[in-house]
Amino acid sequence: MIARRRLMLLAPLAVAAAGGAAFWAMLTRMQDGKFDPHDIGNPMLGKHIPDFDLPGVAPSQGFSSKELIAAAQTQPILLNFFASWCIPCASEAGTLDELQKLGGVPIWGIAYKDAPEKSAKFLDQYGNPYARIGADMSGDVFINFGLYGVPENFVINRKGIIAWHIAGPLSDDLVEQQMMPAIAKAKA
Amino acid sequence: MIPELGNFALALACALAFAQAVIGIWGAHRRDVRLMAATPGLAVGQLLALAASAGALVWASVSNDFSVINVAENSAIAKPLLYKISGTWGNHEGSILLWGLILGICGGLVSVFGRNLPSALRARVLGVLGGTSAGFLLFCLTTSNPFFRDFPPPVDGRGMNPLLQDPGLAFHPPILYMGYVGFAVPFAFAVAALLEGRIDAAWGRWVRPWALVSWCFLTCGIALGSWWAYYELGWGGYWFWDPVENASLMPWLTGTALVHSSIVVEKRESLKIWTVLLAIGTFSLSLSGTFLVRSGILNSVHAFANDPARGVFILALLGLVIGGSLLLFALRAPLLRSGGIFAPVSREGALVLNNILLCSICAVVIAGTMTPPFADLLFGQKISVGAPYFNLTVLPLAIPVFIAMAVGPLLPWKRGRLWPLVEHAWWAALIAALVGGVCAFGMKLLPALAFGAAAWLIIGSFAEVFERTLLFRAPVANSVRRARGLPVAVLGAAIAHAGMGVTVAGIAGTSLDSNKIVEAKVGDSFSVGGYQWILLGLDDAPGPNYRARVASIEVLKDGRPLAMMKPERRMFTLQQQTTSDVAIRTNLFRDLYAVLGDERDGKAVLRLHVNPLAPWIWLGALIMAAGGALSLADRRLRVGAPSRAPKAALPA
Amino acid sequence: MSNTFILRPRPGSIPAMAGKKTSFGSFFQKRTLLICVFLLVSASAWAISDPREMLPDPKQEARAEAIGSQLRCLVCQNESIEDSGAPLAGDLRAKVREQIKAGRTDAQIMAWMVARYGNFVRLKPPLTPATFLLYATPVLGLLAGGLAAYIGRGWQAATPAPLTEAEQAKLAELTRPHA
Repeated sequence: MIARRRLMLLAPLAVAAAGGAAFWAMLTRMQDGKFDPHDIGNPMLGKHIPDFDLPGVAPSQGFSSKELIAAAQTQPILLNFFASWCIPCASEAGTLDELQKLGGVPIWGIAYKDAPEKSAKFLDQYGNPYARIGADMSGDVFINFGLYGVPENFVINRKGIIAWHIAGPLSDDLVEQQMMPAIAKAKA
Repeated sequence: MIPELGNFALALACALAFAQAVIGIWGAHRRDVRLMAATPGLAVGQLLALAASAGALVWASVSNDFSVINVAENSAIAKPLLYKISGTWGNHEGSILLWGLILGICGGLVSVFGRNLPSALRARVLGVLGGTSAGFLLFCLTTSNPFFRDFPPPVDGRGMNPLLQDPGLAFHPPILYMGYVGFAVPFAFAVAALLEGRIDAAWGRWVRPWALVSWCFLTCGIALGSWWAYYELGWGGYWFWDPVENASLMPWLTGTALVHSSIVVEKRESLKIWTVLLAIGTFSLSLSGTFLVRSGILNSVHAFANDPARGVFILALLGLVIGGSLLLFALRAPLLRSGGIFAPVSREGALVLNNILLCSICAVVIAGTMTPPFADLLFGQKISVGAPYFNLTVLPLAIPVFIAMAVGPLLPWKRGRLWPLVEHAWWAALIAALVGGVCAFGMKLLPALAFGAAAWLIIGSFAEVFERTLLFRAPVANSVRRARGLPVAVLGAAIAHAGMGVTVAGIAGTSLDSNKIVEAKVGDSFSVGGYQWILLGLDDAPGPNYRARVASIEVLKDGRPLAMMKPERRMFTLQQQTTSDVAIRTNLFRDLYAVLGDERDGKAVLRLHVNPLAPWIWLGALIMAAGGALSLADRRLRVGAPSRAPKAALPA
Repeated sequence: MSNTFILRPRPGSIPAMAGKKTSFGSFFQKRTLLICVFLLVSASAWAISDPREMLPDPKQEARAEAIGSQLRCLVCQNESIEDSGAPLAGDLRAKVREQIKAGRTDAQIMAWMVARYGNFVRLKPPLTPATFLLYATPVLGLLAGGLAAYIGRGWQAATPAPLTEAEQAKLAELTRPHA
């Protein structure tokens, strides 16, 4: 009876200790970047891209999902969703520009809910790194890809599968540390 | 200059807190009278230093001293004075300072009102409070210091989030924190008792008022937050089971259990271990709640955006305080010898059931809040838990609590029978069933059930009062006499339990709201909830730091004009943010609720609600707090140990 | 001086710039992303749904609202798509109604949403091994409490052991009426 009581009295401490250990694990992993409670993930990762066929945004012509996969046969393509009213899109424009100049990764863009003139102005102002640009006026492609904000970036491999995804703008560090390794893996 | 003094005062308070902790615990351990006597002075000193520090921060904000980074980030010249003052605690650093200040106030109050406490107990309690303060103030000084400065100072600050510029939200943190932090005193008493190795009835008599006061404040704080969400956010809701909201609900649930459990310690010297554990648990939940919402672990829009490095410090602090006290509990709890034996069917038994049910509800809330981060950590799954889960799980547990709330007080101590309960409360059950039945004809099952439960609670809570005053069974004069002699705590309990019923009725009523979303141009009229709503005009209305569009809506009932409502949409230029100022008209039985949305092609989108019984949600909470406060006035709770009469000389 | 106006650098942000304590880690950008969309949302409305989007058939509309109140708005994240004013919430509400008109069942519509956004979008998580404890908590809580109460009952002050012979003799001695 004594042992049972002692065990019972230790239970709250055990529960608190387990909780504390878990929180410590969460905090340290948050600092390393391996744990992000705000990242809700995208179940489309590892799945085939949805079908779509979008009109173009000047100066580029639009594209369909079939064309995207066809172009991905030679190398993985970076699919970038953007909008003219989105501030982080402007901040990642520099990185995308650099990427395009380096060559090696074609960038195709989809403008989300943007009037064509506004997108054109955005491209004028921040540069146009896109090989092709589609205009998603209704937002259907946005939803079918599982986006909930702009910008978001996807790497599509030759099988038409989403090999990598980030819900946020690209930065030089992200490209170097996460995107390039993902592209290398996708090529293999 | 003044911010530097504020920083110094903060450091001084931290040093005093450490001293208080060491001297209090060591003095009590060694039974050193001088050391024990020194502790209250240190506590009061700490309080004065903290008051000075907080005053300095308020001064910096009011005097627009933008060299203080905290003021520059959260204030602006154009901000109204009230919000300059209340904005000091509307950000992370300021709110930590507020936490520390209230902790200091608690220590000060124990020093002043605790003169009748045995000196060892008082020294230990102050020691524990000092230790907790010291940890918190150290955290404040090192990682969340509001007095950091920047040169050259900017010309104007960044202004405060417009959502926070609101009287309700200005006072929500202090009241809420007085609840959270107030539970530090029962916690300190619990740890002190474990250190001493004994608990007696006097301890229960000390803990109960402190727990009750904190509980009242916490109830008001939560209600205020919920009310604010209702009138400010414009979606007609008031509780979303959001992780930050849940973080305030958890200590409330265990705090309620504590308030009830301490009664048993006081009256019957029983349930000591439950009470000590609840006291430790409630404060632990307050602390953990504070940690969680600032750590970034919880995915919530309410959560303060903070980096995990701060989280590690608080986690260490939590480990010490919570881990230490629970370890002490595991080791020393067997020393607490219980006095009274009781049968399962008895008031003590009912209170044990109450403890179990409330703690289970708390466990459900904890599980729902913590599952998303845990599922992510352990299984890599991204899920979220929202209102549907909580409604499903909390309701079945709440129903037995409601039943027990009304009839529990009817049970005698030590040993009772169930039949007398039926005898004394059958009429309340009948009325409740009638109410529920009548309602079921006009509405869905769940609200009807809720109305029945509310009726049961409101009427049944007074069953004990009716019994004790022999109402309707003895001549009126007798009943009145008995009523005058009734302990105030009995009335307080009845009122508080009935208040819960009022809240339940409010929740049920609001779930039956009628609402319509319309696109209106000036002159259009709509029928919503039995009232006529006419849009009379759309105008501009500038404010101190915003531009606004105002809609003038007249509401008529059967052709009679009832109210002129003016919902606004405010555009805050500095922060590029828009908030809506909801227009609410209440007659305490129903709320008329109007929100102005987008305007397009000369038409405005309006959201019009009629919310029956909505005000009862918060009225009920007020009634609960009032009942609790009334209980405090009970003469029996006045904690003075009787002074010893001079010993008469013994006969030879 | 301009530093006070920029979002303060947050060292150790998510995901980490390994070894680098740069000012704009991804955390900032993700936050800004959310804030950005949120702000732009609120610039257009702290808003209310459009009356034009409601389905004409009240039964279908009620079904749509029931499904919608089970789905989390991903932008505001503490509202369901029925209550949220975000444009994405409006689009998702339209999708729900579109599918109801097309005759899909509740389960199919839910699966459609989950395929795109994961289980995060469900306000009531599905019952899986990971959430088993979550749904079992009410019962487990009651059991644990009941167990604690049952074991604790034996804790009440044990009646003292009966007096030994010597103690009884001493008691008789002490209580003997004195002459």
